[in-house]
Amino acid sequence: MENIGIVSYGANIPRFRIKAEDIASVWGKDGNAISKGLGIIEKSVPSIDQDTATISVEAARAALSRCNIDPQDIGAIYIGSESHPYAVKPTGTIVGDAIGATPDLMVADYEFACKAGTAAIQTCTAFVKSGMIKYGLAVGADTSQAAPGDALEYSASAGGAAFIIGKKDVIANINHTYSFTTDTPDFWRRAERKYPSHGGRFTGAPAYFKHVTNCAINCMKIAGTKPEDYDYAVFHQPNGKFPVNVAKKLGFTFDQIKQGLVVPYIGNTYSGASLVGLASVLDVVKPGDRIFLTSYGSGAGSDGFDITVTDKIKNLARKNAPTIAQMVENKEYIDYGTYAKITDLLYWE
Amino acid sequence: MADGGVARFWREIPQRYNFIGNKCESCERIFFPPRESCPYCRRKSMGKMKESKLSGKGEIITYTIIHVSPENFEEQIPYAVAIVKLEEGPQVTAQIVDCPIDEIKIGMKVESTFRRIQEDGYTGAIYYGYKFKKTEK
Amino acid sequence: MRDVAVIGVGLTKFGELWDKSFRQLTAEAGSKAIIDAGIEGKDIDALYVGTMSAGRFVGQEHVGALVADTSGFSFEHIPAIRVESACASGGVAVRQGYLSIASGMNDIVVVGGIEKMNDVGGTAATGTLVTAADQEWEAFFGATFPGIYAMLATRHMHEHGTTKEQLAQVAVKNHANGALNPHAQFRREIPIETVMKATMVAYPLGLLDCSPVSDGAASIILCAADKAKEYTDNPIKIIGSGQASDSLALHARRDICTLDSTVHAAKMAYKQANITAKDIDLAEVHDCFTIAEICAIEDLGFVKKGEGGKAIDNKITTLDGSLPVNTSGGLKAKGHPVGATGVAQIVEIVQQLKGNADKRQVPDAKIGLAHNIGGSGASCTIHIMEAM
Repeated sequence: MENIGIVSYGANIPRFRIKAEDIASVWGKDGNAISKGLGIIEKSVPSIDQDTATISVEAARAALSRCNIDPQDIGAIYIGSESHPYAVKPTGTIVGDAIGATPDLMVADYEFACKAGTAAIQTCTAFVKSGMIKYGLAVGADTSQAAPGDALEYSASAGGAAFIIGKKDVIANINHTYSFTTDTPDFWRRAERKYPSHGGRFTGAPAYFKHVTNCAINCMKIAGTKPEDYDYAVFHQPNGKFPVNVAKKLGFTFDQIKQGLVVPYIGNTYSGASLVGLASVLDVVKPGDRIFLTSYGSGAGSDGFDITVTDKIKNLARKNAPTIAQMVENKEYIDYGTYAKITDLLYWE
Repeated sequence: MADGGVARFWREIPQRYNFIGNKCESCERIFFPPRESCPYCRRKSMGKMKESKLSGKGEIITYTIIHVSPENFEEQIPYAVAIVKLEEGPQVTAQIVDCPIDEIKIGMKVESTFRRIQEDGYTGAIYYGYKFKKTEK
Repeated sequence: MRDVAVIGVGLTKFGELWDKSFRQLTAEAGSKAIIDAGIEGKDIDALYVGTMSAGRFVGQEHVGALVADTSGFSFEHIPAIRVESACASGGVAVRQGYLSIASGMNDIVVVGGIEKMNDVGGTAATGTLVTAADQEWEAFFGATFPGIYAMLATRHMHEHGTTKEQLAQVAVKNHANGALNPHAQFRREIPIETVMKATMVAYPLGLLDCSPVSDGAASIILCAADKAKEYTDNPIKIIGSGQASDSLALHARRDICTLDSTVHAAKMAYKQANITAKDIDLAEVHDCFTIAEICAIEDLGFVKKGEGGKAIDNKITTLDGSLPVNTSGGLKAKGHPVGATGVAQIVEIVQQLKGNADKRQVPDAKIGLAHNIGGSGASCTIHIMEAM
């Protein structure tokens, strides 16, 4: 069976950081306790001139810089986000023009809370598999919003990753993909509203854990695998605790998820979260490594992937673009006042 | 309320997104933004201007820090604006980002980054384009 | 080509003139000039008016006709032309009026310059001023008009060692001169520490390195030289007129620190006048920002390129120096109602050459030069005058 999967990848994480402790002190909370409780030290904040479109473009350009693909051979672009710059007018066309993939191109924007990016990967995989396109570009990126003083304020951050899907020179084969989906109102944002709402503790067991667990179990059943078969596992990371707990429940070790766990340092990049985790894993993999990825999007659903790294990873010029570790370290701290100025103005109604 | 007026900035998307300039086939000089004719060869260059994509890499030859901004840029104060000499020859005016203001120097090597430049109010179009950041070694 | 002389001048006060409208200011300057020249309405062959942006400042275009109307000439039906070249609108209007007489087409023309900048708010005024720069490739990316000159200053400091203190001395000198000028917007001396500590506008230029937003109008009457003495005992001849253009954006210039438009306009004017820079006794130069005056005295050939700062240190250009520059107070202290400036500069030179400059009088002033720039140097006009 021919390989179909990831041909190249890239990511973009804005430089600004704000510490969970600094947010907590503004609201009179115990920063240390909150930070430990959430498993988040600090989160990324976009600068005023960055948004989902700029993050997507930079991530896509990073992906292109690592391989020799002619952008004109990209036949489809799907951008998944909860913070597309326009409610109506796609981010995908901005990316398409910016990377030189237009005009022979299929484009649409996706939304499915934090799993819109993995949904984009599934779509591109299907297009490539059917022979309709040569390469597809799937991006998950966000500059996510959180109400001031809300629990989500500690985690909602900015970042994204881009994946070029194809049949030629595949560096990581997508062996299987499966999705588990139900109508579950754990976290949502109504149209015209600036900030999301959520069901508090309801976001745990009936939402994140139910979908991630079922998806993972069913995906492994289809793939005929067990947790021990994998070198790396990436689970959606809304905070530093959920992915650790679900990994344990499913039988994965902390060592397996460590490389893909970036949320303590950059927060939850929403549609970018599991994809930035996957990019972090791809930064270090060797041929033959097997990766298990399960994303989660509120509303709700999980996309599972069984991935095997091929020999071709050796030919990918990974050093042509910064690694996740390098982007995590490339940071500048800001205070809450600057944070408030930036986030108010990005999403001002 | 935004009332049309988008064509002017839409036309320049290839320039702002991808540094598409052009080259005079008569004297080989590269221009950005692209010109209808070469100011050196003039008539000889008519019909001989060929599209040319620039790399977006260059160096700062002068700069200022803006403390009093035009409309649409107030949230960014203070911000750095520089004249960047691109490696192919042309010079452009653009913001310098991702660099502490006191580290900006004449001679600093820079490369382009894709950012929001401005928007037509809260209801109008968003215009993306180039800014420059320090080149990582 | 005939010779042309200035036979009358008129000026309003410059400043924040809340009580005076665009129309009132033009009428005031115009009538003062006409009375000064001793001519009558029917003597006027044409009207040239320079204004940068009546459209954006007062929502009014069709300004040539409007000014002819408010000046009382609508029943004379004279040709009325509005000229625009950003901050050089006034100077270019002067040159157009001059050319129309030199060519033999007209005998007597009125040239006016006017800007009414305070009918809009500060942000709108800033946004209008920057239309003098490249809208697509400078302003669009966040550059302001002071920002563009600031980049010139940064490079001048880097290449030629010019200091912020030397820039500040230009402001101090011009305010000292402005204090002696009854029409000036600012009539107080300011100490150098105040200039050095002023709020930053665009590094390295602070608030007091920048000319102000002003209202005002100026007017001159030009007449064929061979007829001038019919109207006045003391006509002032234009012995040289030059104009030049350059790339709109600063980043497209040959040399960031040189305004080639000044160099070329000066060459043209000096050649026509058959003189060199050494023969100039005093000059009104375009100090929209302090750095602009330093560049101007270099580009006009008064000092070598890069030595403008040293000239200020050596007090060459003060009122009692060997080459007084901006005895009126310059744009900095006199004010800069954009379109009026180019014409107002001519008024000052004429007054100096006639001996009417009162406390600002430069003794034995014989040949004077007016230098008017548009934008960051994309256009320039220069006029050299001498008493007949």
